[in-house]
Amino acid sequence: MASSSDLREKLRKKRRALQQTLQVKDDVDTDTQALVPTDKKQSKERGQTTMEELTAGEEEPGDTLRRNLKAQRQKRKKMLEKASTDDTPDDSVVEPHDETVVEVTAVQQISHDDDKPEKPDIVSSPTHSQRGDLPPRPQAKPAPSSSHSESSTMRQRMRDKLRAARSKAESLLQQEASLEAPASRLQSLRDRDTLTRFDRETEPDLRAGRDDHTSPLNTKVKFRETVRRVRIESISETGLPTAEEAYNFFTFNFDPEPHEEAGKGRKKRRPRTEGENDDEEEEEEAVTEVDREQKGENEERDEDAPLVKDEEEDLFIIDQSAHDFLVVKRAEYMGYQRRLQSENDFLFTPSFLTVPASSKVPENMQPRYLEEEGLYVGERPPISLTNQNILENRVLKQQQGRKWFGDDGRIIALPDPIKESSTRPPLFHMEEDLDPALQTVYRKALKSKHASQYIAGGGGTNGDYQLDVDVSGLIFSHHPLFSREHVLGARLAQLYDQHLSRQHKNITEHLTTKLNGLRNAVRNMLEIHGRQGLTPVMQQRISEYKQEVKNTRRLRDTEQEKDRTLLKSIIKVWKEIKALRDFQRFTNTPYKLYLRREEGVRASDERDHEAEIQAEVDELQGEMEEDYQKKVTEYKRQQEEWKAWRRKRKAKEKKKKKKAQSQDDDDDEDNDDDQSEGDTELGPSKPDPPEEPDMEGVEEQVREKASRIRRKPGEPILMPELTASGPITPNEQCPRGEFARREDVAKRYLFTKVLYNNKEVSRTDNRSLNSDFRVHFGQIFNLKIVNWPESIKLQVFEVLGSSTSLLAEVFVPVPESSVLTGSAPSEELEFSSNLRVMFDHEAVGSDVPFSFEADGSNRQTLLTSGKLSCCVSWAIGEDDVPLAPPTTQSKAMHSGLKQLDAIACIGASSLNDMKKLGEWATESRLDPNDPNNATIMQLLKVASSGEVTAPDYFRLEQLQEEFNFLSEEEIERSRRFRLLRLRNQEVAEFRNYKCVPALEREVTDKVFQEYERRLREGEIVDTKDHLDAHRALVAKYLQKIRESVINRFLIAKHHFLLSDLVQEEEVPSIGILGLNLFKLAEPKRPLKPQRKERKKVTAQNLSDGDIRLLLNIIRAYDIPIRKPQASKPAVASKSVRSFTETFTAGQSSQSAIQGSDWLLNQVQVRPFVEVSFQRTVLQTTTADGPNPCWNEDLQLPFSAPNGDYSTASLQSVKDEVFINIFDEVHYELGGDGEDRGREVHTRLEKHWLGSVKIPFSTIYFQSRIDGTFKVDTPPVLLGYSKERSLASDGGYDAVRSLSEGAFITLFITIEPQLVPGETVREKFDSQEGERLLLASEVFERDAAVSYPNRPCLTTVIDINGKTVFISRYLRPLNPPQELLDAFPNSPQEATELIARYVSLIPSMPDSVSFAGVCDLWSTCDQFLTLLAGDEEEHAVLLCNYFLSMGKKAWLIIGSAIPEGPTAYVLTYEQSRYLIWNPSSGQYYGQYDSFCPLQTVGCLVSADNVWFNVQVYTSPLRMSFDVTKAKLWKPFFSRAFPNPGLSSVQPEELVYQRTDKAVAAELQDRVEKILKEKIMEWRPRHPTRWNRYCTSTLRHFLPKLELSGGRDVADEHRLELQSLLGDYRISGFPLHLPFSEVRPIIEAVYSTGVHNVEASNVEFALAVHVHAYPNNVLSVWVYLASLIRTR
Amino acid sequence: MAINNPSVFLLMINGQIEGANFPEYDDLYCKYCFVYGHDWAPTSGLEEGISQITSKGRDSPQRMIWNFPLEITFKSTNPLGWPQIVVSVYGPDTFGNDVVRGYGATHIPFTPGQHTRTIPMFVPESTSRLQKFTSWLLGRRPEFTDPKVVAQGEGREVTRVRSQGFVSLSFHIVTKDMKRLGYDTTPSETSHTLSHTAAAGIGPGDQPYST
Repeated sequence: MASSSDLREKLRKKRRALQQTLQVKDDVDTDTQALVPTDKKQSKERGQTTMEELTAGEEEPGDTLRRNLKAQRQKRKKMLEKASTDDTPDDSVVEPHDETVVEVTAVQQISHDDDKPEKPDIVSSPTHSQRGDLPPRPQAKPAPSSSHSESSTMRQRMRDKLRAARSKAESLLQQEASLEAPASRLQSLRDRDTLTRFDRETEPDLRAGRDDHTSPLNTKVKFRETVRRVRIESISETGLPTAEEAYNFFTFNFDPEPHEEAGKGRKKRRPRTEGENDDEEEEEEAVTEVDREQKGENEERDEDAPLVKDEEEDLFIIDQSAHDFLVVKRAEYMGYQRRLQSENDFLFTPSFLTVPASSKVPENMQPRYLEEEGLYVGERPPISLTNQNILENRVLKQQQGRKWFGDDGRIIALPDPIKESSTRPPLFHMEEDLDPALQTVYRKALKSKHASQYIAGGGGTNGDYQLDVDVSGLIFSHHPLFSREHVLGARLAQLYDQHLSRQHKNITEHLTTKLNGLRNAVRNMLEIHGRQGLTPVMQQRISEYKQEVKNTRRLRDTEQEKDRTLLKSIIKVWKEIKALRDFQRFTNTPYKLYLRREEGVRASDERDHEAEIQAEVDELQGEMEEDYQKKVTEYKRQQEEWKAWRRKRKAKEKKKKKKAQSQDDDDDEDNDDDQSEGDTELGPSKPDPPEEPDMEGVEEQVREKASRIRRKPGEPILMPELTASGPITPNEQCPRGEFARREDVAKRYLFTKVLYNNKEVSRTDNRSLNSDFRVHFGQIFNLKIVNWPESIKLQVFEVLGSSTSLLAEVFVPVPESSVLTGSAPSEELEFSSNLRVMFDHEAVGSDVPFSFEADGSNRQTLLTSGKLSCCVSWAIGEDDVPLAPPTTQSKAMHSGLKQLDAIACIGASSLNDMKKLGEWATESRLDPNDPNNATIMQLLKVASSGEVTAPDYFRLEQLQEEFNFLSEEEIERSRRFRLLRLRNQEVAEFRNYKCVPALEREVTDKVFQEYERRLREGEIVDTKDHLDAHRALVAKYLQKIRESVINRFLIAKHHFLLSDLVQEEEVPSIGILGLNLFKLAEPKRPLKPQRKERKKVTAQNLSDGDIRLLLNIIRAYDIPIRKPQASKPAVASKSVRSFTETFTAGQSSQSAIQGSDWLLNQVQVRPFVEVSFQRTVLQTTTADGPNPCWNEDLQLPFSAPNGDYSTASLQSVKDEVFINIFDEVHYELGGDGEDRGREVHTRLEKHWLGSVKIPFSTIYFQSRIDGTFKVDTPPVLLGYSKERSLASDGGYDAVRSLSEGAFITLFITIEPQLVPGETVREKFDSQEGERLLLASEVFERDAAVSYPNRPCLTTVIDINGKTVFISRYLRPLNPPQELLDAFPNSPQEATELIARYVSLIPSMPDSVSFAGVCDLWSTCDQFLTLLAGDEEEHAVLLCNYFLSMGKKAWLIIGSAIPEGPTAYVLTYEQSRYLIWNPSSGQYYGQYDSFCPLQTVGCLVSADNVWFNVQVYTSPLRMSFDVTKAKLWKPFFSRAFPNPGLSSVQPEELVYQRTDKAVAAELQDRVEKILKEKIMEWRPRHPTRWNRYCTSTLRHFLPKLELSGGRDVADEHRLELQSLLGDYRISGFPLHLPFSEVRPIIEAVYSTGVHNVEASNVEFALAVHVHAYPNNVLSVWVYLASLIRTR
Repeated sequence: MAINNPSVFLLMINGQIEGANFPEYDDLYCKYCFVYGHDWAPTSGLEEGISQITSKGRDSPQRMIWNFPLEITFKSTNPLGWPQIVVSVYGPDTFGNDVVRGYGATHIPFTPGQHTRTIPMFVPESTSRLQKFTSWLLGRRPEFTDPKVVAQGEGREVTRVRSQGFVSLSFHIVTKDMKRLGYDTTPSETSHTLSHTAAAGIGPGDQPYST
């Protein structure tokens, strides 16, 4: 009860709220709403909605209402249960019981006061409160009664009533008590609610009908329950709703009160099925309920009528109830069990138990097994038992489930369709064994010719084209079944047709008039001007006219003759027909010819005739006269000629006679005679005088002709008239032959097929052949076409019985698109067939000779022929749009795109040749005023006027102008386009320009400034960076060359090789494969591991940090060792040095002393290696001693310029790897006073000992550098001395042992290994002979094949990009004279000096300057001008100098470390070979193990090239004797001698003297710059310069230069030491060739002198620039740091 | 100001690499990257990516699905160098080596809206039979040095390729300010219909002449 009170409370609140909201609403609105609940309720009960009355606005309340209802209903149900159990705990009252009670009350109420059924809204008993929300019932009541009456009989209803009454009585007795409580509760609630306005209004009613208003609703709700139950029962029995139920179900929607009916219907049915047993109603509660319900309802219905009248009232109150529906409620929870239950109502889970056979076969039947009866039963497809059971259960659940089962109680199944064996026999045979019948034959797919020729013009209009083919009829001009008469008749008709058409045209008349006109014109002309006054023009015209008259007359005559013959033949044929008819005694054809005769006036006729004849005679006579005159003149002329000739001849004859008399005739005269005799024979015969014209004859002729072709005067004009009105003899009267023929004709049928593009599209009906051999079809075919019409063909077929034969094919021209249906004339198309047909009856047959004559003569043969009249035209659409494709397209289809001229556009599609048309028009003298010719004249006019003439020139890119993006000037003017174009041209400044602005105005001029300046200042030299005007110029020039080469390279870069694009593993050769196989047997960890080749990486997909430089610093030799400060060894002064002395171990004494020093002082050196690259500095640990061993790996990161890792960019990296060797020096500093002794302060200093520079490009190209290099040590190293090897063999051998300086063993590589750039694969043009080029190619190829590792060079590329044979570069050239003069007595010294001079020319690898291109060889003068070049240039220059000095010198093409492929110079002197490194000026003996040259590929002299074919390539182990063909393969041999190549070098080199002042200036500037730089590098420390030391050093530098950098250290040190005793000094001179300042700065920086951070450090810097001829400058930088020791 | 006078236009690409059709291969994955001209810059999104490995489904044995989303926005000043997407597909061969199964590229559609593209894929061919055999044996088939090669025409004449399968992509394109900068990429539907009506308009004119 507690819950019910809660609920009540809630309800109350809710209702109050609702009422408040509703007060503002007007009544009308609520009235309409009032309808909703009823509908809603009904629809809900059926699970459907009828909302027809609802407006859109009312939809919402309806929905909420429904929801509320549902919720409330369930609550109420619970309540009910609870209430009932509470009230009557002992009573096992079940739900239906309770309902009965309610129902009873309802019945009572209704009987009490029917007027107020709407009260339930306000009822507030626990059971009723929910119901209060429900809409009132009565409203809906009336309707069902009507519909209801249809299905239920009166009797039934009566019985229901009876039943209801009975149960009512029972339940009343039982349940009276239980009703009490709700009633009282209801009362209390009622009282409270009277406050609201609505309540007030309805209060009286409510009070009165307090009890009864619940009843209808209650009943209804209950009813629903019962219905459900009933339904479940019925379903469980029948499985499916009956048709009636279904009907009801659906009709409820539209019926205001359908459920009642349904319930009734169901109820009615049930009793029937149960055997009409009334007493059984108690057996099932549900049934009773329904019955009771029914009863109540019946009663209710009885009350319905008055209720309806009170509708307004009802609605008003329902309103209120509507507000009640808007209740916020808790979410509904449906218990699990309940849900299961409800789900069970919907869901069905088929059991997988076996279904008993009984349920599968019809009742009372035993399963029948066909198999057992001996019938064949196929094997069923296998299926698992479980699945089968499930299926069977499921099927059985359906209504007619049993039909799926067969007689044997199993599901009907077809036998397993899968065959055990394949039906197609397998073909085991090979193809050739295959039966030829089974062989597949390839047939090429045939493409329909026209299939693809769709009419263009957009997809939308496809199929809108329509051709109308009108086949109207057929007329045979001859048919095999023609009788003779028909033949004649056809002929007659034909002639008559001709006659008609001629008459229509009336050419004769036309010509006659024309003739008369012309005659008049001539006459007029003659009369007006008279004979005399005729101008030549006039005469010309007259003669023209006369000619015209003549022609016209001739034409007229022929026409007249034709007319006449036609008439004659018509009459003749007609006569023949008549004769034939008479002969055969029957008539076959209806033709009848009438001849109308017109009598003319005889007199005028005769006159005309005469006049005509006269005129003609006159004309003819005139003509003849004229002709005669002409002939006469001609005759006279000939006569004259003849006479002249005659005279001549006579004279000759006379002469001849004379000559014959004289016997001394010579041959010449004989010849003359012969000639003259010949002349006589050839001479003209005597002309005959022309005959006089026969004037009388003329008249005769004219008259005769006139009588032949013209009707005689007075003769009547005959007008033939052919009619087809004659009677035809009926069949019965005909002889048998004719009859048979007619029968045959009747049997024939004809039809026509229409073929479009050779495809039959339609055909006409069969039409019988008439006796007049005309067939009328009259059918129009509308062809919707998609394909372009290529051909339209009509085929005429003749049907005889069942056989069909093709008579003829007629091609119909495709109409112009202007030919439209309705306007197109019907065309008659002639056809014929050469079919041979013979008959045994009267018919003449076809292709069979026959005769009209009785005797069979005059036979003729006729072929079947006829005329088909048809019309093809384009259809017209609904809105008068022609359904024809556009003309232009048809043009295009016919003739392609070649006719893109104006004429095609006009539409004169078939008149392409305007010129011809024009010619024809002028020739035929078209009358321009004739309206018939108007179109042609118009066309001609158009065609001949300028604008549309087809151009007589050919335009290559037509419409180019129209398609131009912008005009040329505009493009030129636009900055943006300029930018885009420059970028596209890959101009350096813009090559990688990102994001060109979208708008013109955003492109500022700044962008171009740099570029324009470069262009402008191309010639202006900027000396700021270069310190030297000449260098600047050279730099500019070099830049230019570089650019041009780079441009060439950029072009070449766009050529790709497969390897550029595709990565592919190399095919392992057999050898490698074998090795690999062999490797398998190898131990896994060999004792001697070998380096594996790394994978190469293409540069482009790399980024910063990917590339590292790996350095393995292994060891060094001969590092200079420290010298004790105190020791002052006495060294012999070597102020004078001789060449030989240099090579002797002149310092043995010194080394001895040194050795002792070393032993004594134990002074060592503690070297470490510092590697700097791209300003990254790494160092090794410190090792001990002059021959340290580090064996350390250093990794340096590499970053490409601008992050561009393309090959080209990598190649042009100019960075160098500096490998510096330092000595680490510890200095103990005395601590401050007190700490001394306890603390030791040590300062570390590093002293530069030497360096090795390796350009990155070298590493990049070599990919690894491995070897021992000479460390570039300064000539003087203050505080250090060198430990020397003691070997001294004297002479050139000493060179080896003496090889000064330290050595370092290194291994350098790039990780990952980069693919070095390919050289340009461009074929350079050349001025060399073809044969030479070919030979060099062969030579190089052979060399590459047999010795792949030996460089072979026969042709090189000069600076202009042309291929030049290498030996052309060698030619003796004079070295600077002053160098030669320097050592006049010592050729060896001079040689050295010259080598030094060459080495002082700055070296610039081509690979850097001409990134990735190739070696460009410049000639010596170019080289000296540029003052920059590769090893080759140096070598060539050096070699040329040596040659000029009379030495035997060769160019060595080989490879060295670290340079890689390079060029050295070989000289032969003092029976030894010397190898010169041109870049350093060093020379080595052949057997010098420290010689950097590793491989010798070939030797080049001025006249030949030799390739090394020896076993070894190292100079140590080979012979340089080029005369031995076994060892050296010459290029020019006896087979191919040197053609005498001239040199490309100049005759002589001209040297400029270098201005000493310039050198001095440069010296100052360099010194200044360097000082500034050093101070800059020491930003945190003051940099003090020791002037005294500096001046000393400066003083010393020229000596060094003079000595060629040779060791003057001791001397010098002594000197210094004396001066600077108090200082600990460390320093060294640097020697560089001068190119730019930057390398000098770099070199200074790399020594790290500036890094000394001691507070009391001082520096000394001195620069000396020595000028050699031709601006070759040698720069010395002396750098020292001084630390005061005291 | 910026709105009225844009200096760049934006191209936003949403889409996905839907799947592939490689009749003979299975367990494939794909990489994609964009290739675009100098005037283009991606403003957001991933320029390249690598997908999961997909296997063929049982029900559609030819189709492999990645549904690998693409999302990137470019800005540009110039339609030159319009972005292209390069898709390369890799998968294991019979020996389990990862080999390339196809390269393909297509331009990003330039009209706004939804587009689907099916790219035919190809791989470079070995230069010789022997190469082919060894590459098959060693599982090192020829590959393009850079997949971006397939987006450019230069130098392609030196390669020989074999086609293998298809990859289908779908794009949803949004552009901004294209029209403002004068690049009208919307389809000329309207002009098309116009021309049609114009063509039809000639018809009635002819009519009186012919009737």
